Amino acid sequence: MQIVQPAVAGTMESSDIMIRIEPGGAGVELSLESSVLSQFGKQIESVIRGSLAELGVESARVTAVDKGALDCTVRARVMTAAYRGAGQENHSWEVKV
Amino acid sequence: MDIGCIPHIDEISAQHGPFCGGAEKRTHSFFERMRYDNKIVHSLREAIEKTGLRDGMAISFHHHFRNGDYIVNMVLEEIARMGIKNLTLAASSLTTIHAPLIGHIQNGVITHIETSGLRGRLAEAVSGGLMDFPVVFRSHGGRAAAIESREFHIDVAFLGAPSCDPYGNANGYNRDEESGSCCGSMGYAKLDALYADKTVIITDHIVRFPNAPFGIPESNVDYVVQVDSIGDPGGIMSGATRFTTNPKELLIAKMAAEVIEQSGYFYDGFSMQMGSGGASLATARFLREKMLQKKLTARFALGGITGQIVEMHEEGLIEKILDVQSFDLTAANSLKNNRFHQQIDASFYASYLNHGAAVNQLDFVVLSALEVDTDFNVNVLTGSDGVIRGAIGGHPDTAAGAALSIIVAPLMRGRIPSIVRHVNTVVTPGDTVDVMVTDQGVAVHPRRAELKARLLSAGLPVYDIEKLRERAERIVGAPEPIRYVDKIVGVVMYRDNTVIDVIRQVQG
Repeated sequence: MQIVQPAVAGTMESSDIMIRIEPGGAGVELSLESSVLSQFGKQIESVIRGSLAELGVESARVTAVDKGALDCTVRARVMTAAYRGAGQENHSWEVKV
Repeated sequence: MDIGCIPHIDEISAQHGPFCGGAEKRTHSFFERMRYDNKIVHSLREAIEKTGLRDGMAISFHHHFRNGDYIVNMVLEEIARMGIKNLTLAASSLTTIHAPLIGHIQNGVITHIETSGLRGRLAEAVSGGLMDFPVVFRSHGGRAAAIESREFHIDVAFLGAPSCDPYGNANGYNRDEESGSCCGSMGYAKLDALYADKTVIITDHIVRFPNAPFGIPESNVDYVVQVDSIGDPGGIMSGATRFTTNPKELLIAKMAAEVIEQSGYFYDGFSMQMGSGGASLATARFLREKMLQKKLTARFALGGITGQIVEMHEEGLIEKILDVQSFDLTAANSLKNNRFHQQIDASFYASYLNHGAAVNQLDFVVLSALEVDTDFNVNVLTGSDGVIRGAIGGHPDTAAGAALSIIVAPLMRGRIPSIVRHVNTVVTPGDTVDVMVTDQGVAVHPRRAELKARLLSAGLPVYDIEKLRERAERIVGAPEPIRYVDKIVGVVMYRDNTVIDVIRQVQG
């Protein structure tokens, strides 16, 4: 999946995460802010990178502002931002078990 | 008169020799005398000078003005200007508005702090290693015990009061006029006034003698200072405690009320306390319906009083209110207007040295928590990142005193689990906790097998606390451990003033 335009998903509400994705970067460049950075920073980063990898996003600049979102929320916001950024609407929402 | 002929005259105590005439008779009216012969000093600086405050002494403050308090910052600024150093600041609690203390600590004006809690920038700075001497955290009952046993000595108490007469009769409301700020009960200030060597009342409303009823009597007051403003009325007190609309908190409150109903402690003439926090306050609402249904009344409610407790008092569901601290304007007005709404001091409330302490007469208490561990130990002092962000309050006192102590908390707050393997900081020991109520089930301390059986047979969702912990971890994941450095920045005292835990500096 190729990111061709800036896109945003999510909000700054408590228990949500806001993902901003832009084209460019060498690989996935991630900047993460989180209210639970010291406890869950690594976990959130691995979910963001994992979700992008599943979609085949190889390069993008990602800015994430997390307010304590659960993994499922992080994954959903990342996927939505990526689809928007790629200008695609043929979403594949199936959960991989 | 020759008193030498009186047998054993030298052994009679408080005997100052023969009478040598009375003092000069004053003929001014009471009204005139109030103006020229009183305890009012013209400035805060003059009051501080008169108390004899000097390097190394202990000064005390109360926290009845909450986040609207101007007194602590005002007094410390003046003391700093006077060049006095190495003071111990003993406040019944400190909060966000007290961030300017950081500067006074850096300048050596304050070297020691005793408090129930810390919040905001000051708390973060202390957690980051600001002070050499660790902050001593005491519960409200523990502080009272330390003061009344004279193990902790207050040299000068600086106590803000919404009204005071020229001789020091002070109170948390104003009966003579409706203007000005209002804080209700002065429970934590009463004890300081009684035990401090010197007590200064700082007020923005001087009223005529006698300011009765009073929270602090003139016999405990040395000087009165009038200032323009003692605090921000909006920060001191809001109209009425908002009734939570958070569905999770309502679910917890409803469950807590059901636990109480089935616990065996819900009988005609019971006693109760609701701690601060959305879910514990909301429990009163659900309990009220059950009391009406079953036609039960409570003998007394203790606390930390809110408008909800006052409403139940005014509709006859609660006979008496014992109020160490009024949480909202409705509670403050009730203290002013309702005869059986009684102001009590911190020792009366919760001191372990006081056999009759009100907490010892509690059937149940509903308390909030930041974290609870699988041994039922409770943390209300440090956040999930290890940084100080709360206050002990009366948590360990009421948990120990009540026959049934119920902890309420959502299973998780956002991504932070409330039930963990080990709490960051033990404030209330699991030995004194009976039930934990979450939005996803109830856990009962194994010590209370009979209670567990009763709740189960009533159909309540009772689980092993370890099961609840696992459920939370499945959803949020396992947090990484907090990184501390070795330095101890806080000492947590249990209510008997034994050391129950320490707080370490958080790695920056």
